Amino acid sequence: MEKLKDIEALKNLRKRIKEETFKPDVPRIRICSGTACTASGTPKVVSAIEEEAGKKGLNLEIVKTGCQGFCQKGPILKVEPQEIFYQKVKPEHAKWLLTYTVIGGMPYRQGLYRENILSEPVPEMTDVPFYKKQLRIALRNNGLIDPHNIYHYIAVGGYSAFEKALSSMTPDQVLNEIDKANLRGRGGAGFPAGKKWKHTKNAPGKIKFVIANGDEGDPGAFMDRSVMEGDPHSLFEGMLLCAHAIGAQYGLIYVRHEYPLAVKNLGIAIKQAEELGLLGKNILGSGLNFTLDIREGAGAFVCGESTALIASLEGERGFPRPRPPRLSEPGGGAWGYPTNLNNIETYACVPQIIEKGADWFRSIGTENSPGTKVFALTGKVVNTGLVEVPMGITLREIIYDIGGGIMGGKKFKAVQTGGPSGGCIPEHLLDTPVDFDTLPKVGSMMGSGGMVVMDEDNCMVDVAKYFLSFCQSESCGKCPPCRIGTYQMLQILDKITSGKGEDGDIERLVEIGEMIKKTALCGLGNSAPNPVLTTIKYFRDEYEEHIHDKYCRAKACSGLGVFSIDHEQCFLCGLCKQACAFDAVKETSRSFFIDQDYCTKCKACYLACPIGAVKIEKQKRKGVSVSE
Amino acid sequence: MKVEELDIAEKIGNVKDILTEVQKKRGILIHAFQGIQKEYNYLPEDVLKALSKKLDIPLVEVYSTATFYKHFYFKPRGKNIVCVCTGTACHVRGSDKVLEKIEESFGIKEGETTPDLSLTLETVGCVGCCGLAPVITVNEEVVGDLSPKRVNEIITRVKGSK
Repeated sequence: MEKLKDIEALKNLRKRIKEETFKPDVPRIRICSGTACTASGTPKVVSAIEEEAGKKGLNLEIVKTGCQGFCQKGPILKVEPQEIFYQKVKPEHAKWLLTYTVIGGMPYRQGLYRENILSEPVPEMTDVPFYKKQLRIALRNNGLIDPHNIYHYIAVGGYSAFEKALSSMTPDQVLNEIDKANLRGRGGAGFPAGKKWKHTKNAPGKIKFVIANGDEGDPGAFMDRSVMEGDPHSLFEGMLLCAHAIGAQYGLIYVRHEYPLAVKNLGIAIKQAEELGLLGKNILGSGLNFTLDIREGAGAFVCGESTALIASLEGERGFPRPRPPRLSEPGGGAWGYPTNLNNIETYACVPQIIEKGADWFRSIGTENSPGTKVFALTGKVVNTGLVEVPMGITLREIIYDIGGGIMGGKKFKAVQTGGPSGGCIPEHLLDTPVDFDTLPKVGSMMGSGGMVVMDEDNCMVDVAKYFLSFCQSESCGKCPPCRIGTYQMLQILDKITSGKGEDGDIERLVEIGEMIKKTALCGLGNSAPNPVLTTIKYFRDEYEEHIHDKYCRAKACSGLGVFSIDHEQCFLCGLCKQACAFDAVKETSRSFFIDQDYCTKCKACYLACPIGAVKIEKQKRKGVSVSE
Repeated sequence: MKVEELDIAEKIGNVKDILTEVQKKRGILIHAFQGIQKEYNYLPEDVLKALSKKLDIPLVEVYSTATFYKHFYFKPRGKNIVCVCTGTACHVRGSDKVLEKIEESFGIKEGETTPDLSLTLETVGCVGCCGLAPVITVNEEVVGDLSPKRVNEIITRVKGSK
């Protein structure tokens, strides 16, 4: 690779590569090589295709792209120029894919996407319901280019926003464009990026930092990973534009240790960008100096918080600290230098805004939350994966139109947005538009974009307990409200879910929760009680059922309800008796029954029964109980 | 990575130009832990002592930082890591018997590692595969529906992969 001396050289290079890469007359397969698809067999499929193509003497280009989003149906691939989309591809399909599609130009029906067994297959990617409503800005190149090849990125128009900014815009113009576009931080809080940039720019001092936060610790969220793995250069371009706008010289990318593929791909990409002279000293002859380093985390959720992240970068314990000073102020950022910290996804949006203008960006999404947002749709929906949609789309559209509804035809109960510290939204609020301002109004938040769908088999108390126990174990322990408060809440929830709940427990939960919200030091502590508070708000009857009736309607909690065997259903297989560790299932000559004195309500028999003859019911109240 | 090979300027990267010696040494601490753990599989005491000397950071601070992060271990870990689920569902289906069996055949208790470092035995609250109870994880793989026969198979497999 030859170093590019000026903007003209970059333009010429792009012109040349555009002609050489992605030629329209060469058949091409773009196969997803993200973490999930690789785990479900991409490498084997690739070698099978290569082998078959060799046998047939085909001139075939295989592009190993980043995550294409539809992880559940992986490995997925697209054949061009026919634009035919295949899912769950197996090595043995390779032969047919080549014969039918690449040579014959026809779809190979067995590999196509179908909504269900009876429906017609859908050959084109854009017609698949999962992709239909999506609009890709941050993930625009995922599925298009090979992240290991900087030329691919340049060929699809990469670094042209940077080129535009260097040749025709002053730093202030770049900054104003971002400010005008009202790009809000994709990490969760939704703070306008333009304002942050301005603060950092106006801070005194010559040395400034641009840091990208890739410490994506939420269980179930992986949008930053897919950008870092699949399109690292759009992150670099966003950071370069930021550095140009605010006058920063040093860049750092903080990545979770659990993302080895992201670390590897970022490393390769940095090396290539340095070789081309897009990073380093005097970039493209403009006098701009900007370098990038990767820093790996070491498994602490709290390090996603800005001040804790800085502490971790400096080699300290990852404790958050009170603000001010903010990161953008002297003394607040990395090693005391003013620092601009944004999420990976935020930076990935920047190049498109500079290229197409703030007005274009504002035309997408809502008034106060322009643009798109990537969500990791998981839980009990038919289609799980990564989706990028315009802001303002309703939850119902995401879950039913893109997600294909609830698995197994069950009833929807709630959707949890915003990761472990978000809230649960019930069915009657499904038409809530998704943006930074509306979600907090219903008690949840945008968060990093995790979206966990729950059906009638999920117990809301149990779900709240699960999320709270995550926050509790990840609490850094610095401030008492979070350290002690979450522990106490967890104890109460434990009591409720094991059938020992008392009157007043719900009030105690609310009281502690509100107190933590007001007094915890950092954003993670502030939002830790959210799942509990929102479930109490919308599903209070379930809590009351657990406490007063000792019953869990989802039958998820053990230690609740009365167990019995339905003699009409039971076909005397005896599995329940085998399963019971406490000898509570007794056998008579013609039936099995449960001895309530021995039963510990552990649910072993309930789970063992193959036909569902073991029933869990509400405790019958004997007359008027004392509490009434 | 061994402590002697630790190159501070290289590890800290491009920001080296603006940092003081103290900041540089502190800044690579977590990097250094990761390198050491890659080499030894855990953070040995004598290596941390050497690191503390090399970086001029008090040992207590080195430990204070290392213990904060979940990713670092302070006891040698085995080549294989077997994790027995002791969640409720597994418990009632006899995970204690599974644990006992593994403990017996390797001569270690939970949380310990065999002297030849072939196996670390741990327990976990729940791996979320309660339908397959009792469950254990062998390295990354989840193995469920354990019967005495299958436990024996796994023990032989682990013993064989030393």
